[in-house]
Amino acid sequence: MTWDMDYALDSLPPILEAFLRYTLLATVLGSVLAAVLGLVFAVIRRAHVPVLAPLTTVFIEFVRSTPIPIQLFFMFYVLPSIGITLGGLFVGVLTLGVHYACYYAEIYRAGIDAVPPGQWEACTALSLPARYQWQRVVLPQAIRNVLPSLGNYVISMFKETPFLFLISIPEMVRTAIDIGGGSFRYVEPLTIAGLIFLAASYPSSVALRRLEHRVGHA
Amino acid sequence: MATPDTTSPEAQHGGSGSPLITFDKVVKRFGDHVVLRDLDFNVGPGERCTLIGPSGSGKTTILRLLMTLEKVDGGHIWVDGEPLSHMPKGDRLIPADEKHQRRVRTKIGMVFQQFNLFPNMTVLGNITEAPIRVLGKSRDEAEQDARELLERVGLEAKVDAHPTQLSGGQQQRVAIARACAMEPKVLLLDEVTSALDPELVAGVLNVLREIAETTDITMLIVTHEMHFARDVSHRVLMFDGGQIIEDSPPEEIFENPAHERTKRFLKAVLEQG
Repeated sequence: MTWDMDYALDSLPPILEAFLRYTLLATVLGSVLAAVLGLVFAVIRRAHVPVLAPLTTVFIEFVRSTPIPIQLFFMFYVLPSIGITLGGLFVGVLTLGVHYACYYAEIYRAGIDAVPPGQWEACTALSLPARYQWQRVVLPQAIRNVLPSLGNYVISMFKETPFLFLISIPEMVRTAIDIGGGSFRYVEPLTIAGLIFLAASYPSSVALRRLEHRVGHA
Repeated sequence: MATPDTTSPEAQHGGSGSPLITFDKVVKRFGDHVVLRDLDFNVGPGERCTLIGPSGSGKTTILRLLMTLEKVDGGHIWVDGEPLSHMPKGDRLIPADEKHQRRVRTKIGMVFQQFNLFPNMTVLGNITEAPIRVLGKSRDEAEQDARELLERVGLEAKVDAHPTQLSGGQQQRVAIARACAMEPKVLLLDEVTSALDPELVAGVLNVLREIAETTDITMLIVTHEMHFARDVSHRVLMFDGGQIIEDSPPEEIFENPAHERTKRFLKAVLEQG
């Protein structure tokens, strides 16, 4: 097996484009959704909001117990059959975002539990309403505690974006396979796709480890 | 004002000259352990009371009940003529909701053993947060007041510092300023020097002495610093077994304790100090 450099260089631009337009975009939007929704889930559960808290728990367990491909297919094929049609990328971002929100919720919960009881007591002693207690005191500390863990899940979501090809999104791996299929040479495009994953993931996890170190020692 | 009230607590809430704080047959249990049993006592406006007694005698629990960090299991607590743990409904008292508690609670401030400053805010932010959010002060006004308070506790240079950059004594002085910024009628001091290195204790106590001398804020103090207790208190209450066993002016209780249990306790504490 030989490495055809010209072919590799020709494959690079479309793969890079797919990376930017789908893989990276889905990761960024999915992570933002997961970060926000996960926080909402965590606060609902921790504040013991009636009705919503048990529902959230059931939903989180359900999502965490089923694989992403099933969830993607479900959103993509089943929802239209009951009259809800959504764009492919939208479905992808929504599914990844909601899926990871359920993991984020657990991480936030750990972060919230790690805020010392004295902080809550100080809020009570100052009569701070619940809203400010969360917004100004508890969550800033909780999020700071768990920032590295959240980051690790961003990388993990990033590496699961190839599942999006199941709902016909031409993300990076799909694009590499399509290029390979056109010429029956898969080594170059798949290697490039793999290297792009590596080039994005590795520095991020190194940076996160540094962050973890800093948070741990602050 | 140092004279303890002897009239029945029921007759005393509301009206002028009445106590600021009334415990009326208050019961507090932790599991099977009864911490406070049918506790009755009053604290008048401007009065400074120190609670002493062996650990586990319920001193800190009294402060925590007043701050609504714990719930009463029986009886009633009145603050400034209003029930704290309960609220009136018709002519009955029902357990208080969060809104009622929060309103009554704004009359009370607390300083904790572990300071409990917010590490994600500057010193200034720690002091101004509640006055802005709860009292509705403008940021400018709250900051100006905070600077004045910091000057009083000798930390005007630390406005922009974060709590982790301060010594324990400095943190506790900021915590005192933060509590005072809410302009409470009652200040609860829960072993505020117990977590400090010995050489930092005096600075904190001096700040409290100054507040005691220059304001008429009511104080409930739990401390092991007997000299401080003697200097600033109008009354000293000796607790044992969930009850007050002695309630006297400091000169009397320290020089001539009436109760055998008090004698033993003071002897042990003073020998150690």
